[in-house]
Amino acid sequence: MIQFSHVFKRYPGGFDALKDVSFELAQGEMAFITGHSGAGKSTLLKLITHIEVPTRGSLLVNHKNVARLARRQLPYFRRSVGVVFQDYRLLTDRTVFDNVALPLVVAGVPARETGRRVRAALEKVGLLQKERIFPLQLSGGEQQRVGIARAVVNRPPLLLADEPTGNLDAALSDEIMELFLDFHRHGTTVLIASHDQRLIASSGKRVLELRLGEVVADHGGGA
Amino acid sequence: MKAWVVRHLQVFFATLGELVHAPVANGMTIAVIGVTLALPATLYVGVQNLQRLSGGIDAAGQISLFLKRDTAQKEIDALAVRLRKRNEVESVSFLSPDAALEEFKRASGFGAALDALQRNPLPPVLLVTPASRHRTPTALRTLTEEFGKIGAVELAQFDLEWVQRLQAILRLAERGVWILTALLAVAVLLIVGNTIRLAVLNRREEIEIVRLVGGTDAFIRRPFLYAGTLQGAFGALLAWLLVAGTLALMSGPIGELGALYGTGAAAAGLGGSASMALLAGGAGLGWLGSRIAVERHLRRIF
Repeated sequence: MIQFSHVFKRYPGGFDALKDVSFELAQGEMAFITGHSGAGKSTLLKLITHIEVPTRGSLLVNHKNVARLARRQLPYFRRSVGVVFQDYRLLTDRTVFDNVALPLVVAGVPARETGRRVRAALEKVGLLQKERIFPLQLSGGEQQRVGIARAVVNRPPLLLADEPTGNLDAALSDEIMELFLDFHRHGTTVLIASHDQRLIASSGKRVLELRLGEVVADHGGGA
Repeated sequence: MKAWVVRHLQVFFATLGELVHAPVANGMTIAVIGVTLALPATLYVGVQNLQRLSGGIDAAGQISLFLKRDTAQKEIDALAVRLRKRNEVESVSFLSPDAALEEFKRASGFGAALDALQRNPLPPVLLVTPASRHRTPTALRTLTEEFGKIGAVELAQFDLEWVQRLQAILRLAERGVWILTALLAVAVLLIVGNTIRLAVLNRREEIEIVRLVGGTDAFIRRPFLYAGTLQGAFGALLAWLLVAGTLALMSGPIGELGALYGTGAAAAGLGGSASMALLAGGAGLGWLGSRIAVERHLRRIF
């Protein structure tokens, strides 16, 4: 599903965020990227969604060379990748329902189908009762669950998360992690950037450790 | 196709709703556009009316033939008969020096002063009204020159030379209106562009999120284009109302002026096609201004 080979990323100004990163993530696999802040976790995820492009090396996502995607094709590529953020990135002036519906609205999904799929996603994260509420009226854990519902509402084959539990306490983090494990069990490829060692250890999944932009360890997993 | 229409309608009404929800900010923009468009539109209407007015005067054009003072009455009558026979000429009337003096005394108010004159200083005059198809400025000029060469004629004068000058000035003014229109169109582009630029910056966060979930540039542009187009269209509507109001205020004096020159009395408004052009122009400028602004700023958001 994801294939990094000898990927370098140098930001303007000469900072090397990623140095010679190579790894592969199979379809349906679940893995964590860990490391201290500044190790390159976020940069790695940004390359996958084409927010940033590699300076050197090749990166295939779903058999597509992301760096070579034409500007015109980019939206359609991004619809196949769900992204969850540490700071949720919800639209505060729209209801929970409208936030979750956004990926379907931009894809032109008919209204009836949209309603059905949004409610299915909200039910999955346990927020069906709150569809008419605005995000700021929700707790942090609930807001993150809205973010997750938005990321999975159009059933993308790949789900990315950047420090999804960074702002949440342990109990809420466990709930969120349980959701990701559940998507993984249903066949979604999941890649999570996190430095929460307790959470990573309890999941028993594969872990890629980044240090100063280099992969220094790749262990565990097996499924 | 149906889904596409539905989506456009949704964005249209959502944008209209946003305009209504921020009446002060949007009202200001619309007012600026309205005043900007009203200026050339008012000048256009003014020039059109003056052209109509001067055209009316032209239609009544006359050539005055001032005859030599010692011309005998018989000779004058013969000349009048000769002129009447020409097919460029519709009618000829004779104004004797005495009659002219009487009229002048009455009209000028210099009665007593003129009585003091030893003799009548006015020459006999033949007033020639050309046939209607010879009333163009060039034909009148040619006829005037030709009449000037007749022996008994001291001076042939095309009375309405000032009309020609006025028309030349009006042509100049018309060109000026177009130049002004072009400049103010650029101003409208900048006004709408700046408003939409601010809107894009305000919604930067939202645009980033929409992009991340796979929104196309066309999808992101759409509400801004509708906003710009609507502002332009409402601005043009306001301009139209301003022109109509100005005209209503000025219709009295314009009517008097028209009556004085014996031409069409009522002032003409913008008219159907010019009104449509104003509305379409306003909407078009709004669309273009927002398109340019959105394009420039979307490129800066990854």
